[in-house]
Amino acid sequence: MILGGSESVLVLGITGKQGTFWSERMRDYGTRIVGGVNPKRAGERHLDLPVWASARDAARSMRIDAAVMFIPPFGVKEAALDAIEAGIGKIVCLTEHVPVHDTMYVLAAARERGVRLIGPNTAGIVTVGECFAGFMPAFNPRVFQPGDVGVISRSGSLGTLLCLNLVQVGLGIRAFIGIGGDPVIGTTTRDALVALDQDAGTKAVALVGEIGGSMEEEAAEYARSMKKPIAAFIAGAASPPGKRMGHAGAIVMGNKGSYAGKKAALEAAGVTVCATPFGVAEALRDLRR
Amino acid sequence: MNFEEHAGKAVLRAHGIETPGGVLAASVEEAARAAERLGPCVVKAQVAAGKRGKAGGIKLAADPGAARAAAAAILGMAIGEHRVDRLLVEAQVPIAREMYAAVLNDPAAKGPLLLFSAEGGMDIEEIAATHPDALVRMPLDIRKGVDGQTLAAALPASLPCDRAALVALLGRLYEAYVRSDAELLEINPLVVTKDGRLVALDCKLVMDDSAIPRHAELARTGTPDTLTSLEAKAKALGLKFIELDGNVGVLANGAGLTMTTMDAVRHYGGSPANFMEIGGESYTKAKPALELVLANPRVKCLLVNFCGAFARTDVMTEGVVGAWQELNPRIPIFFTIHGTNEDEAIALVKSRLGITPFDLMDDAVKAAVEAAR
Repeated sequence: MILGGSESVLVLGITGKQGTFWSERMRDYGTRIVGGVNPKRAGERHLDLPVWASARDAARSMRIDAAVMFIPPFGVKEAALDAIEAGIGKIVCLTEHVPVHDTMYVLAAARERGVRLIGPNTAGIVTVGECFAGFMPAFNPRVFQPGDVGVISRSGSLGTLLCLNLVQVGLGIRAFIGIGGDPVIGTTTRDALVALDQDAGTKAVALVGEIGGSMEEEAAEYARSMKKPIAAFIAGAASPPGKRMGHAGAIVMGNKGSYAGKKAALEAAGVTVCATPFGVAEALRDLRR
Repeated sequence: MNFEEHAGKAVLRAHGIETPGGVLAASVEEAARAAERLGPCVVKAQVAAGKRGKAGGIKLAADPGAARAAAAAILGMAIGEHRVDRLLVEAQVPIAREMYAAVLNDPAAKGPLLLFSAEGGMDIEEIAATHPDALVRMPLDIRKGVDGQTLAAALPASLPCDRAALVALLGRLYEAYVRSDAELLEINPLVVTKDGRLVALDCKLVMDDSAIPRHAELARTGTPDTLTSLEAKAKALGLKFIELDGNVGVLANGAGLTMTTMDAVRHYGGSPANFMEIGGESYTKAKPALELVLANPRVKCLLVNFCGAFARTDVMTEGVVGAWQELNPRIPIFFTIHGTNEDEAIALVKSRLGITPFDLMDDAVKAAVEAAR
């Protein structure tokens, strides 16, 4: 799930306001944007790139390694299934408010075809100094400096703050993986942790978790086996108890989800859990000394 | 979005699942009249909250007089954060056995999960703790749904009811879950009557908020969140705002960063007055957001934390500075600003308010906590 600068990227919804704005930024930074999709504008050129009616059409013309989606919530299911059908191996879905049933449908199809979906509701992924997919300020040198820390975050704004904090203490970043804030997502904290563990360029991991669900606990099980140092911040210690969790949900999660439970699970796995994002940056700096 | 029992049961009935005959009642008289028609009945508080029975919100009534007394006791009662203003009066059902059935979104398997236990009537946590072997968990592929044969084989070898009828009911429950974009659709207890019928005695339905636009009609029967008047105002403006009991006003962009700002206030010994997020599409709404935060008389200072990726910090800051000058509140304000267009944003704060944003969030938080003491 670490995007390479040589990988070709298709932008679904390239002609919209956000699609246009961020496609230009991505391309300027080094992402190999090869075109976009808009069924109503097929055959035209946009940003001097070809526009196809579907991802399947695009894939018939050239090899597409990844797709990034600037698609409204109720269009996500159809657009993602099109990209999966086209044989695209990585899909980054930025959209917030995608119905969860639609996400589950897309993920079932993705699993069958061996497709990696990142999101929904993510700010994207950044391979620092190389390329990015999504709407992260990869091009802001105060937030992103090249280095060897891998960053995992559910939240774009908080992930941005953490990257900035790493740079403030003199560390650099290898890759940022925004996994997304939705209850059901394609790439979990654990999936991202495995990818960073296997990535030769990553020497340490900064992990940003959030209360709710059980992803941090699942990641902790894997973290136990890792040699690379990990420091974590879990947002939500001061939040009022969640209202969204149903009773049946709580049992399936094994009653995981609280700040205390996540902190304890991560600490038991040897992860340094810090009280603020800046603490994570300081801890990683100190661990590296 | 949560649904009260009667609204959830209407969904079940629309999918061919039997529920006891019942009537909604908003007064003692209506409850008594319903009891005259139904005979021995149950009077149940209609609030979208659990533990209604333990709170005294469910009472058996043998006759209209008893129904009148039960209604008088329950109407107006507070259960959780809700006040009871409606009752469901239902005919009593001759129960032979109580079971449990639910379908829910399972983030771990990334798909629907069907749960069934021949032991029901208690909380699912209790079932899992006391009868773990009796709990059937069946992950489903949402593209395919329930396969009757697979399900029939997955159910316990011995059942207190007809296997085919149960398989059919669980299939209908799954259909209802899919068609209402539910996060959770639960029947507890699902009873086997003395004459062998399957009847849903209670129902809990939670709909995915993101799916509400495609279920306008069903959503009208749901229960809106209980909001304070300020929270309701925020919601109408498309802002996420939750009032808390502290005195440090918090304004940030993005859910993760807003939570983190509150955490940091708590970590440095203060207490946040609110959650107010203006990220995503709402980043141009800084002004109304600020007005809402300041409308809380407990707020002794304001902490603004922007970290812009998608959201432009100069646009958000412009909104805050403009509103601040207009409202002219007599409390201190602290900024920390990073990300997209931060130079312009920081210059704005310096020139218009004559203060310098903190470079480190932690320093801004410490200053705000100190000022609120």
